[in-house]
Amino acid sequence: MSEALSALNGAFHKGAVTVEDIGPQGMITLRGNLADETLMAAVKQATGADVPALRKITHAGPCSVAWMSPDELLILLPYGDVTAALDVLNAAMAGSHFLAVNVSDARALFRLTGKPAAVREVIAKLAPADLSADAFAPGDIRRSRMAQVAAAFWLPEEGVAQVVCFRSVAQYAFDVLATSAQAGPVGYFR
Amino acid sequence: MLTLQCPYCGVMADETELSAGGEAHLKRFGPGSSDAEFETYMFMRENPKGVHFERWRHANGCGKWFHAARCTTTLEVFGTYSAQVSEPPQDIKDAITAKRPGWAWREFA
Repeated sequence: MSEALSALNGAFHKGAVTVEDIGPQGMITLRGNLADETLMAAVKQATGADVPALRKITHAGPCSVAWMSPDELLILLPYGDVTAALDVLNAAMAGSHFLAVNVSDARALFRLTGKPAAVREVIAKLAPADLSADAFAPGDIRRSRMAQVAAAFWLPEEGVAQVVCFRSVAQYAFDVLATSAQAGPVGYFR
Repeated sequence: MLTLQCPYCGVMADETELSAGGEAHLKRFGPGSSDAEFETYMFMRENPKGVHFERWRHANGCGKWFHAARCTTTLEVFGTYSAQVSEPPQDIKDAITAKRPGWAWREFA
């Protein structure tokens, strides 16, 4: 098999907030009834993480499970583990109404690192979302838009943010993030 | 700016995160209907000054369609509710009555 490359192949912007393409990342879109016990057990078996509550993201080792909509989850896992995880999901939920698809190469994932307030500001300048510490904390995920494209973001920990968007708009997303980071902090968040 | 709360994900979504879907609670007239019925379904829309019901989609968010009740003159939002209904729920109607006594919109009041 040919070597997998992420959308921007490790593009990197260094500044007060660092923006980087984090390389190939396994991603599975899972649609189904999120309250169904079969689905919950299948997700647990495939990732070790629980099905997240409304607008939450759960983590277990290298895997994360993000709430995307009332009937959709985004599972993040190491790139090489996707096929095995899909087999687990398909076997565990056989016979029920669901859809699990490998979308690893259809998305781009960026990581922002810096001072906690500065990282929040880089996204807050681009998205119509409340990024204050009271409204958005590690464990939350928000689907919104960044400038002109759809994106979702969450904080794995304070001072780190991850942003996922469609691969087709990866260059645009990276550029707006880098521009926002380059402009420097405005000091809105403390 | 118009801000609507998505009833599916609970986000206070501003206008730029949503896409408008036109008038709510239309009854579809398709094959087999009379020309007059089809014309009404296809072209005739309310254009109220005041209470209005609309469809919206949380496009840059959870992607779900929902309904909103708002005032076209003041942009006041009375509430948002599920897309899986054919008329506004009672709590939305009550919320409108509290602010606009005697309101009426199509067959609803």
